[in-house]
Amino acid sequence: MNSEKLEIAGEKFDSRLFVGTGKFSSGETLSQVIEYTGTEMVTVAMKRANIGDESRDSILPHIQKSGVRILPNTSGVRDAKEAVFVARMAREALETNWLKLEIHPDPKYLMPDPVETLLATEELAKEGFIILPYCHADPVLCKKLEDAGASAVMPLGSAIGSNRGLDSREFLRIIIEQASLPVIIDAGIGRPSHAAEAMEMGASAVLVNTALAVSGDPLKMATAFKDAVRAGHTAFVAGIGSESSTAQPTSPLTNFLS
Amino acid sequence: MTTYNDYFSSVKWDVISEKISSTSRNQVAQAINREGRGGINDFTALLSPIAASEFLEPMARLSHSLTQKRFGKAIRLFAPLYLSNECNNVCDYCGFSLGNKIVRKTLSQAELLREAGILKKMGFDHVLLVTGESTKKVGLDYINQSISTLRPYFSNLSIEVQPLHQEEYSVLKSSGLHAVLVYQETYNQESYAQHHLKGKKSNFEWRLATPDRLGKAGVHKIGLGCLFGLTKDWRADAFFAGHHMDYLQRKYWRTQYSMSFPRLRPCAGEIPPEVSLEDRDIVQLICAFRIFNHELEISISTRESSELRDHLLPLGVTTMSAGSKTNPGGYGEDESLEQFEISDSRSVSEVSSQLQQSGYDVVWKDWDQSYDQSNSYALSDDSFECSTEKPDLSIAG
Repeated sequence: MNSEKLEIAGEKFDSRLFVGTGKFSSGETLSQVIEYTGTEMVTVAMKRANIGDESRDSILPHIQKSGVRILPNTSGVRDAKEAVFVARMAREALETNWLKLEIHPDPKYLMPDPVETLLATEELAKEGFIILPYCHADPVLCKKLEDAGASAVMPLGSAIGSNRGLDSREFLRIIIEQASLPVIIDAGIGRPSHAAEAMEMGASAVLVNTALAVSGDPLKMATAFKDAVRAGHTAFVAGIGSESSTAQPTSPLTNFLS
Repeated sequence: MTTYNDYFSSVKWDVISEKISSTSRNQVAQAINREGRGGINDFTALLSPIAASEFLEPMARLSHSLTQKRFGKAIRLFAPLYLSNECNNVCDYCGFSLGNKIVRKTLSQAELLREAGILKKMGFDHVLLVTGESTKKVGLDYINQSISTLRPYFSNLSIEVQPLHQEEYSVLKSSGLHAVLVYQETYNQESYAQHHLKGKKSNFEWRLATPDRLGKAGVHKIGLGCLFGLTKDWRADAFFAGHHMDYLQRKYWRTQYSMSFPRLRPCAGEIPPEVSLEDRDIVQLICAFRIFNHELEISISTRESSELRDHLLPLGVTTMSAGSKTNPGGYGEDESLEQFEISDSRSVSEVSSQLQQSGYDVVWKDWDQSYDQSNSYALSDDSFECSTEKPDLSIAG
C-alpha cells in the first residue's frame, strides 16, 4: 500500500480520509465539512436516506457532489439476512454497487458481528457488490473477509463514537502487515493525532465522523484531519525510524570482532 | 420463564428509598467522575437529593457531552396517532378511564388514512399508534390491521397499547411493528393498586412482565417509563425504571431502549398529583438516566411547555413529539376528548425551525422498510423489490 494513490476495486482516490455523515447539526455544515476535508468517499446510513422526499433529508442532497463517491452503509441491521436486503435496496436506490457492510446487533457498543458479517460478505460478493466490511480488529477475520470477496477491510480502532483512538493498535498492526487489500481504520478516531497514528502505521485510509460532527468548529477540525491524514501517510511512505527503549551503548559489545 | 418480576420481588422499596436519601457527596462525585460506569450504584447516587442540591450543573454538563458524543447534534421527531379512546380500565388519573362520560371513538381504516395523510403532509415518517386498553374493540386484529394499513406510508411504526402476549407481538412485528412503549406508571405496588382500580391494567405483575415478552418476541425497541406524580417517592420510582431497563438490556441485548418522563397533569378524571415534580426534578432525572445509560433514547412529549422543552434539549433529549393531538381523529379537527392536555402547542414547522435555530438537525427518518424485509422474504428470493405498492394518500386525505 505504498503507492501515492489509494486504490479500491480498481478505482483510485487522492484522499485517504473517509467521512461519516450522522450527527452533524445541518446538511450545510456537512456539505462544507466534505469540502474542507477534501474527502472523496462519504458514507450514509440507508435508514437515514429519504429517497422520496429530499426536503426532509439533511444528508443525501448535501453529499451528492462531483468527485465524491457515496458509500451506502447498512447501519441498523442485526444480521446477514437484513444486511443483504438493505444492500439490494441501496444498490437500487442509489445506483451503486459499493457498500459499507455494517452489522452490529448490539445497540450499546455497536460491536460488529463477525459471523454475520462474513456470511453477508460471501452472499453479497456473489451478487457483485464491492464490499467494505466494518469488523473487529481481528487478523484472522480480516483474512477470511478477503477470501470471501471483500474489496477492503474496515477494522475498528475502538468502539464507534468513543473517541478513544487506536485501542486495538497491536491487532491493527498485524492486520496491516498481512493484508493484501486496503485496510481502512474505522471507528473510535477522536482526534487528528489518532488519524495520523493510524496512517503512520500503514493504514490505507481512515474514516471519521463523530470527531468532526460534534467538534466546536467542524470546519477547522475538517482541515486538521485532512492535514493529519496527509502527514501520517507521508511519514509512512518516507519510512519512520524504529524506536528504542534503551540508549545505544557507546562501546558496543561486539567491537572486539573488528 | 424467568422475568423481571423475579428480580423485582427481591429488591425492597424501603431499602432503595433509604439508600437514595442517604447518598453521600462523595458517591455522587465519584459517579460523575467515572461517567456512571459504576452501574446501578452510580445511578442511585445520581438520583439522590444531595445530587440535586449540589451537583445538578456538573451532571447537566456531563449529560450534555455524553449525549452529543453518542447522538450528535440531531433530534428525531415523531407524532403520536391516537386510534381509539375506548378503554376497559378504571384508572383515576386518565381521561380515557372507563367511568368517564366522554364520547368514545375508534378510527375506521378510512379515518386512519385521513389522519395519516395529514401527518405525512406535516413531514412525519415515524409514528406512534396509541389506543386505550380495550381488547374487544381495539384487540390484536384491529392493531394489526392498522399497522398494515399505515405500513406503506411510514418508515417507522410504534405502538402504545394494552400489554399483549409474546406471540401477538411476533405477529405485529412481521406486519412492520418497530417499537412498543409500555410504561409501568409506578413501580410501587400499593400506589399502583390505589390508582388502577379495575380492568386488566390493575394486574401489576402482568404489566411488569410485558417488556420480557417484547424482548423474547425480538421487537426492535422497548420504551419504559413512570407517570411521575402517582407515587410520592419519585426518586425510588425512577430507580426501579432504571433497574428494570438494566435487567432488560443485559438479557435482551439486541434490543434498543427508550425512556420517557411524563408528569401527572390535569385531565377529565382529574386527581391532584401525590407529589408535584418540579422542572429541576425533571432535569435531574434526564441527567441521571443519561449518565447511567449513554445510549438510551430519551423522549420528551408535548405535555411539557415549549419553553421547558427548548431548555431540556441539550441536556440529554434525543427524541421529541411535535404538533401532537391526543384524541382519535384529532389531526382532522375531530373534537373527541383528549387523553391529556397539550402544553407545547406549537406547530410542527415552528418546532422544527426552533430546533434548527438551536443548532440541531431535525431527523424525520431514521429507519427504512428494507430493514424489515427479511421478516417476510427468504434470502434467496429473487422477487425482491424495494418499493411497496401503495395507493395515493391524497385520495384518502
